[in-house]
Amino acid sequence: MAIAEDAGARAAPREQTVRRPNRLLRNLWPKFALLPMIATAVVVFLGGTLWTVVYSFTSSGLLPRRNWVGLDQYDRLWSTTKWIVSIQNLALYGVFSLVFTLVIGFTLAALLDRKVRGEDVFRTIFLYPFALSFIVTGLVWQWILNPDFGIQGVVREWGWESFTFNPLNDPDIVMFGLLIAGLWQGTGLIMCIMLAGLRGIDDDIWKATRVDGIPTWKTYVQVIIPMMRPVFVTAVVLIASGIIKLYDLVVAQTSGGPGISSEVPAKYVMVSMFGAQNLGQGFAASTMMLLSVVIILIPWAYLEFGGRRRV
Amino acid sequence: MSDIGMLNTVKAAEDPVRRVLDGPRGARPKRTFSRTNIFLYGTLIVVALYYLLPLYVMLVTSVKGMPEIRAGNVFAPPLEITFQPWVKAWAEACTGVNCEGLSRGFWNSVRILIPSVLLSISIALVSGYTLSKWKFKGSEVFFTILIVGAFIPYQVMLYPIVIILRDVGNFLGVQLFGSLTGLVLVHSVFGMPILTLLFRNYFASIPEELFKAARVDGAGFWGILFRIMLPMSLPILVVAIILQVTGIWNDFLFGVVYTRADSYPMTVQLNNIVNSVQGIKEYNVNMAATLLTGLVPLFVYFVSGKLFVRGIAAGAVKG
Repeated sequence: MAIAEDAGARAAPREQTVRRPNRLLRNLWPKFALLPMIATAVVVFLGGTLWTVVYSFTSSGLLPRRNWVGLDQYDRLWSTTKWIVSIQNLALYGVFSLVFTLVIGFTLAALLDRKVRGEDVFRTIFLYPFALSFIVTGLVWQWILNPDFGIQGVVREWGWESFTFNPLNDPDIVMFGLLIAGLWQGTGLIMCIMLAGLRGIDDDIWKATRVDGIPTWKTYVQVIIPMMRPVFVTAVVLIASGIIKLYDLVVAQTSGGPGISSEVPAKYVMVSMFGAQNLGQGFAASTMMLLSVVIILIPWAYLEFGGRRRV
Repeated sequence: MSDIGMLNTVKAAEDPVRRVLDGPRGARPKRTFSRTNIFLYGTLIVVALYYLLPLYVMLVTSVKGMPEIRAGNVFAPPLEITFQPWVKAWAEACTGVNCEGLSRGFWNSVRILIPSVLLSISIALVSGYTLSKWKFKGSEVFFTILIVGAFIPYQVMLYPIVIILRDVGNFLGVQLFGSLTGLVLVHSVFGMPILTLLFRNYFASIPEELFKAARVDGAGFWGILFRIMLPMSLPILVVAIILQVTGIWNDFLFGVVYTRADSYPMTVQLNNIVNSVQGIKEYNVNMAATLLTGLVPLFVYFVSGKLFVRGIAAGAVKG
């Protein structure tokens, strides 16, 4: 709590202690004005989440019902092939997406930070896909990766007849087809965050390393990147929360196919809840998604607050 | 500032002979085609071309005729330019039995967008103002819940919101679930964490003295907001508008869950048109429709320039 604000608020009433009104009624407008936010936080975010977790222990089907079945929904969930495939897909996509987004984002930012001419133009180009929706992204890349007219078709046209690159119809590499589109859409954002981080580094650091004759790349690896730890933490949290949400892109680009080979957990939830009328499964699956976010968030919160305390 | 950059690209100290051959040395020695520069700009240009490729593909595909598409590939420039696919995408493309084109989705999106942007920003503005200047016991607790809530996957809250919308709608005697009104409320709810954070931090940076002076002069809660804070918050308002316009326009998930077929927003209708299984695939119409859907956020992006970056940077602070 801000001390300055408290002092300010209390200074006035102290002079006129005689008619101090009811504490709750004093400054009623602020409390009233915050009602929509309080309702959202408590009813929707907190209440909604608890509701879903509680109902994941029921056998709700078409409608939510309160007959408790313990962990049955979770048992079913983890014995459903589609869910297992979804988790594996997300893990595969997640690892590659995290690594490549960080590497590409940082590299582009570092290149742009070299006092490049036309930096604005490059930055605008790298970031524009982020303004587009996942639906648009997915549909464009579906077209570019089209086996007959897209990349595969072009390379075959050039004379390499046996060339095969058909990720959207190949169960083994379909997630990489999604990854190409996802990286195209999302790397610009991380580049911007990295660039902001690089700009925050004192020029004296660069001068010092140059005086010592340390090569540029080594400066990046051994000095700059460790200094940008908070930026990387932010980037990882952003990328990770984006990965868990992965849904629209899959719907647009592959619809989960071929077969079930590009299913993801968010889609499993949606299909269970609104397609298959199997609410309990949907609740259990979304609770698992929540759990995975908690697992990511707790170390982050620890890093953030632990780090701040040390400073 | 610029000296460091030059030092790095030229690396004068590394090669004295070449330095002499360069001739007179001014304050800013330039060697446009140094190895570092070729590598630097070469990489950037290749990557930039890669990023531009999908936009190019959308554009050229959307102005080709179907015979030309079948004969060529996605990257070939159009031999004959036709705007027929655009007309068809806008006015005739089919989703199921309904052949009204994307125009319906476009107007639905507009009808969702305007009230959502207004409502979500108004609520967040007032909340952020309260949280920064009129804190009361417990206000920070609710704010913390809100911010933590921003990290919860939407899927967890989808169904409870269906119930809330249905029950509140029944109570008030209006249809909320399945209507545009309901979707507007949902957008306002999910836009709240980031926008409130944005406004709260912005108002917190406004000097306390200004606030106190207004208090002394007798201004109340709303007076200070409308006469002092609001006129000062134009830059942050623009950032918030950019954030919300692109975010709400691009939404797919809420559109699909909380509206019905006749009130689907543009993204949902686009997906239904392109991924429909019936009929022959008309790639040129599909790409015209895709580009049409992307035009609004692209326009916002290219017009707003640096403010867009500020918006996402603000969003990135806490997710």
